[in-house]
Amino acid sequence: MTAPLLDVRGLTLHRGTKRILDDVSLTIGRGETVALVGESGAGKSTIAVALMGLIDKGDAVIEGEARFDGIDNLVGLTEKQWGKLRGKRLSMVFQDAGSALNPCYTVGSQLASVLRRNLGLSRKTAQTRAVELLENVGINDAAARMSAYPHQLSGGMQQRVMVAIALACNPDLLFADEPTSALDVTIQAQIIRLILDQTKTRGASCIFVLHDLALASQSCDRIVVLYAGQVMEAGRCDVVLRDPKHPYTRLLKSCVVEIGTQNLDPPEGSVPPYEAMPAGCRFSTRCPRAQARCADERPPLVETQGRALACWNPEWTR
Amino acid sequence: MLEPGMDAMIDPANERVATEREALFELLDVEKVYEVTKSEGFLKRSRRKLAALDGVRLRIDQGASMALVGESGSGKSTLLRVLLGLTEPTQGLALYRGRSVNQMRDAGPDFARDVAMVYQDARGSLNPRMTVGQLIAEPLRHFGICPEAEIPQRTNALLARVGLAADVAARYPAAMSGGQIRRVAIARALASNPTVLVADEAVSGLDVSTQAQLLNLLRKLQKDMGLTLIFITHDLGVASYLCEEIAIMYLGRIVETGPTQAVLDNPAHPYSKALRHSAPEFFEPISDPLPGEIPSPLDLPPGCRFSGRCTVAQSDCLANDPALTRQGQDRAVACYHPFAMSNISPEGIKERHVTF
Repeated sequence: MTAPLLDVRGLTLHRGTKRILDDVSLTIGRGETVALVGESGAGKSTIAVALMGLIDKGDAVIEGEARFDGIDNLVGLTEKQWGKLRGKRLSMVFQDAGSALNPCYTVGSQLASVLRRNLGLSRKTAQTRAVELLENVGINDAAARMSAYPHQLSGGMQQRVMVAIALACNPDLLFADEPTSALDVTIQAQIIRLILDQTKTRGASCIFVLHDLALASQSCDRIVVLYAGQVMEAGRCDVVLRDPKHPYTRLLKSCVVEIGTQNLDPPEGSVPPYEAMPAGCRFSTRCPRAQARCADERPPLVETQGRALACWNPEWTR
Repeated sequence: MLEPGMDAMIDPANERVATEREALFELLDVEKVYEVTKSEGFLKRSRRKLAALDGVRLRIDQGASMALVGESGSGKSTLLRVLLGLTEPTQGLALYRGRSVNQMRDAGPDFARDVAMVYQDARGSLNPRMTVGQLIAEPLRHFGICPEAEIPQRTNALLARVGLAADVAARYPAAMSGGQIRRVAIARALASNPTVLVADEAVSGLDVSTQAQLLNLLRKLQKDMGLTLIFITHDLGVASYLCEEIAIMYLGRIVETGPTQAVLDNPAHPYSKALRHSAPEFFEPISDPLPGEIPSPLDLPPGCRFSGRCTVAQSDCLANDPALTRQGQDRAVACYHPFAMSNISPEGIKERHVTF
């Protein structure tokens, strides 16, 4: 097996006494799409932001290892080193394109400036290339749209521009942080399709941050289920989501409201605050299958039967 | 539901069924036009008309649960404002128990007591300087629901009803989570013992487990208190879980309405069908997206407003605007070719649609 594109081991993020990410491990192969799913506070976006070297330093301490295609560790790179990586080899599509784009510049100049800065293109070639990129992401009349300001575009079009900017330098890895949650449902499918098509033609890998399990099953090869900064279960989407073995994955799936859903049986309570977080499995406070040791002893993430599972009492038998 | 303007078409057998329940809200060809100014270069402005609602007919019976579904710009919120009497329609009538909503609102507090609202931004709808207890006591005092001495007891009962512990009464909204704050907003709405609960996206933007908890709560409240529920949502799964009836809106018009299950099992309008298939489903391939985007309501296409994105549009769709007409016993659809199967590829019509 060839080495994965990105291999994250034991990624941990502290802020003061709070452990935001707790020993997160995941890998992504070349050309693969992986979904990070979980509820708010699970650390999905934080993982993406940390791996882009964008964590607001302040009192944050990051530990762990993230091997990326010949680079020993992304964690702890200097800003100068990041300058050669970010936007070129790793890139990101943000949740709300409307606020990620600069309202004071035309989309054309924002796209061209990325090309000029990162690839050193001349003003003229950058313009031509920018028009091509806009055409690639399905913007009609791209040459005319170059001079549009972000507010003159619809939400879907803004997100297309974001995708064009993120893919401008043919990155190896694209993070897509909830790229469609601000969009209407009929536009959602268009944008997910676009990101999948564009990364596929470039042979790039993609990490989606999602909260919708059904969407993850449709768009990704593999899935990583997170809860309060810990990985609960990971593996191929069809394996993990068809038959979840972790009690949390199972509960998460049972809360999905689909057309025709008759009954919902959600877990009571909510994620505990960081001060009251158990030392062991963080889901143990709400887990229907919790045992005595779950709260104190952290179950290791173990590779078993085609999936990785961190649970002392998984649902092998129902 | 049966549309008010279509009574002439109802045969006597159905009419009996229809009149069994009392109509609570009736909208008769409601139209709401805003005048907007548009910049046409430096210092040059033009005034144009924007029809936020156009020919809306809807009937909501006592005890019914109605989901209003549509994408942004479809007129859901304007429709809500008309129902609540916050906006006067420019044309048509909005009736509550047979009387004009605006007259009802002017006549006194009875209408406001009877029709309660849970706002989309629950946190923003609550005064951050008041405790949860004070927030819930406010409508109790305002409407004189109970004597002053009984207010704490009543407040606790309302908190219990929405599944909150009595001790949260001393807390401020800032100290509550997203799910809890929506429960407070619901408790506040229920304080006046309303007949109708209107909820605007009351469960959107929440985590799935919190959303599921709230959906179960709303279902229970509707059943226990016999509430009429008007629920605005963009999520068809939520609509099907909570509501017996559904009205699907597109660009200011109701394009299809009927029993939720029947409509979602076999959508008649091509837009309903597209909406139905754009909801993510486990392990299904990502559905063929609907081409293009919602056109600006300032420049509606001629003919049917959906024709530019419709995969089954024909020449009559481009020439005339279909009105909402009855389709079968209890459904209605605004389409000349309901239940049509798609025979043109989405690529074929890409040429026609205008993206911006």
